[in-house]
Amino acid sequence: MRLPGGLRISLWVTSALVLVFIYVPLLLVLLNSFSTSRTFAWPPPAYTTHWWQLAWQSQGAREALWTSVRVALAATVVALVLGSLAAMGLRRTRFFGRNVVSLLILLPIALPGIVTGLAFQNGFRTILGIDLSLWTIVIAHATFCIVTVFNNVQARFARLGGNFEQASMDLGAGPFTTFRLITLPMLRSALLAGALLSFGLSFDEIVVTTFTASATDQTLPIWIFQNLFRPNQAPIVNCVAAALVLFSAIPIYLAQRLSGSSAEGMTGAR
Amino acid sequence: MLWLGVAYLAALAALLITSLWTQNDFTGNIERVWTLDNFHDLFTIPVYRTITFRTIVLAASVTVVDALLAFPMALFMAKVASPRWQRVLVIAVLMPLWASYLVKAYAWRGMFSSSGLVESVAAPFGLGTPGYGLTATAITLAYLWLPFMILPLYAGLERVPDSLFEASADLGAGSWTTLRRVVLPMVFPAFVAGSIFTFSLTLGDFIAVKIVGGTTQLLGNVVYDNQGAANNLPFACAVATVPIVVMVLYLAAARRTGALEQL
Repeated sequence: MRLPGGLRISLWVTSALVLVFIYVPLLLVLLNSFSTSRTFAWPPPAYTTHWWQLAWQSQGAREALWTSVRVALAATVVALVLGSLAAMGLRRTRFFGRNVVSLLILLPIALPGIVTGLAFQNGFRTILGIDLSLWTIVIAHATFCIVTVFNNVQARFARLGGNFEQASMDLGAGPFTTFRLITLPMLRSALLAGALLSFGLSFDEIVVTTFTASATDQTLPIWIFQNLFRPNQAPIVNCVAAALVLFSAIPIYLAQRLSGSSAEGMTGAR
Repeated sequence: MLWLGVAYLAALAALLITSLWTQNDFTGNIERVWTLDNFHDLFTIPVYRTITFRTIVLAASVTVVDALLAFPMALFMAKVASPRWQRVLVIAVLMPLWASYLVKAYAWRGMFSSSGLVESVAAPFGLGTPGYGLTATAITLAYLWLPFMILPLYAGLERVPDSLFEASADLGAGSWTTLRRVVLPMVFPAFVAGSIFTFSLTLGDFIAVKIVGGTTQLLGNVVYDNQGAANNLPFACAVATVPIVVMVLYLAAARRTGALEQL
């Protein structure tokens, strides 16, 4: 549509500036990973791939990466199962307090991560007497991942309604056949988007993780955080960070392939 | 589906209960004695009041900065850009969300470092880097949460019909008046929806502060420093109730604007 010229131009300029604001720091990380300066001086005095070699060989970074992948996979599986069950449960029944439950499901993303993290640590250690381990991280991560799966699945249900399933039942299919042949294919891309989002959230999460991880379990974000302030490790951390920036293009690409309207599933992210 | 109800709410309840217990200074064990001491400390020791106040002001200013940056961007995306560019811009805004939180906070550490990029860009104007401190924290947090503000505003602005802009212009309003009197009231719920994230995430942050904040303390740092085996978990729980109370009040207020439907 036509906005007045002056407004158009000022909007154009501000948007360009905002984009610069968004991308300059990320590009700087990429650039600094090749810089010979350990203190990120600008402009970089010279360029080298030395840090990338060191980072590639770093044992700590590798182990942390593997831990992160395992935690994220487990949390995603739990979230997929429970999140879609919750969405299906809320869809069929109109029980008392349905809205309250919907609001409650939002809580884990509306409350700061530090509250969630502390609540879980306290719950595990003080109340239940369980030692922190990889599993406590998984449980805590799954809690907010459930929300993203739930949101995706619920949005899909709201859009598609229940007519196909009713038709299937009318044609003589049992509940399981209907689920397998109708409900599941209907939900497939919503589930994939939810899984992608869950994996990303869990992989990246640090606040809740610091509170629910034992001293020996290091996910990649925790490894980065612990090595950030060590002058010797700083360039290696920078390389890992740069690699993560590059990798973040993968889920975006997948999400685009997955659904034409990526905005549907992705905006509800914490 | 009872996972959330049971696991999460029980954990939250336990947090509130633990905040009423106390810790034995000698053994470090938590004693299940009911007391309001933790809250008494929280309210009477001046440093905690200062930190609480600082955190809330920071959260508010981050929210305002994000709103000011996000609104023109969202308006451009929704009303000026062609459909093709709209898609590109949505992706451009979404992309940093997938880049690790830590990496982004870390990026700003590089930006603000002495002799870093900010320093060398600002130097010709006689300015320097703000260094690691509260200002750097505010900028970094505003940067981190910006997409959470842009996306709801964009969705909200898309729903404002084009004809309203034209009607307002036909009735003689300049573009500034149109924005202020027509568009802003309509996207206010979207703004509130976005602010829930910017506000809540700032309230609980302690990582970015540690990375770019120098010695600045926020509520999150107090909680973090008091957790763990050797520290005062009940007190940490008491401090953590502050963001809970603030957010519950905020959500209750947000509900009235109809913002929660926009999440």
